[in-house]
Amino acid sequence: MNKGILGKKLGMTQVFAEDGAAIGVTAIEVEPSVVVQVKTMEKDGYEAVQIGYGRMKQKNVTKPLQGHLNKAGKGFFRVLREIPAAAGDYEVGQEISADIFQAGGFVDVVGTSKGKGFQGVMKRHGFGGGRATHGSMFHRAPGSIGASADPSRVFKGTKMGGHMGDVRKTVQNLQIWQIRSDRNLLLLKGSVPGGKNGYVFIRQARKKSA
Amino acid sequence: MNVLEMIEKEQMRGDIPAFKSGDTVKVYVRITEGQKQRIQAFEGVVIRKRRGNSRANFTVRKVSYGIGVERTFPIHSPVIDRIEVVSRGLVRRSRLYYLRSLRGKKARIKEDTGH
Repeated sequence: MNKGILGKKLGMTQVFAEDGAAIGVTAIEVEPSVVVQVKTMEKDGYEAVQIGYGRMKQKNVTKPLQGHLNKAGKGFFRVLREIPAAAGDYEVGQEISADIFQAGGFVDVVGTSKGKGFQGVMKRHGFGGGRATHGSMFHRAPGSIGASADPSRVFKGTKMGGHMGDVRKTVQNLQIWQIRSDRNLLLLKGSVPGGKNGYVFIRQARKKSA
Repeated sequence: MNVLEMIEKEQMRGDIPAFKSGDTVKVYVRITEGQKQRIQAFEGVVIRKRRGNSRANFTVRKVSYGIGVERTFPIHSPVIDRIEVVSRGLVRRSRLYYLRSLRGKKARIKEDTGH
């Protein structure tokens, strides 16, 4: 079964391990995600559940979405996400809390990275750039992108400057430092994509188990 | 309270004495060598304190066999067994980096006797 919940990144801080090592951790608010819809083979052609997270006031939700969320009857949500799940695993209105994970276990976190705006090739693609001084007239430029005679065009996918960040990113195999069910908190070792108050999806690590 | 602040406050130790830049302190550090653990003291002048809940740290400077040695400790680290304040120093700034370029008699710090 695919296990996952939604959460909100609160920020990073530091904790001490028993041996005195300082560990950077990300705090994620994980109030129980609510199953909003169960998709079935007969009706939808595939099996999945839709979960919701992030409370909203009713007046801020569009009428069609209100109708959709009212079927679960557990309030209104800002973020809806689908996770694959076999039939009968979940029912509408069910709450999924962070207890599905275990401290010390590993998770993958999916989020939207911070937007960096229009960036040059050095920052965006890690190009080396040119010399800064000694008469150099080539500093941060990308260099040749297509030559004159051959191939005499720019290849598709050539790395150039452009918009950076604000894309979906997955960070794999983050260890769970602590789960605090009383405060709906999840502390993960390491960093997570996006800024504070950004919504993230947390799932059991695909490639690593505790 | 802010959640991050709460997490940091939990990490903080209550048994650390108050000290300032310019004070001479003795820091007892736990050192693990293989299986054995022992405690080593590092004594010197506090040349800076950086704040920040559980992330706070301080730097101690001493002159060992003619060579200046500085060590930075996280104040709330479990590696620190205890901190002893040896003497209070009277200094006019909070970051005593100028001590690095001074040696011998000039590197002394007036003691704060409380008057």
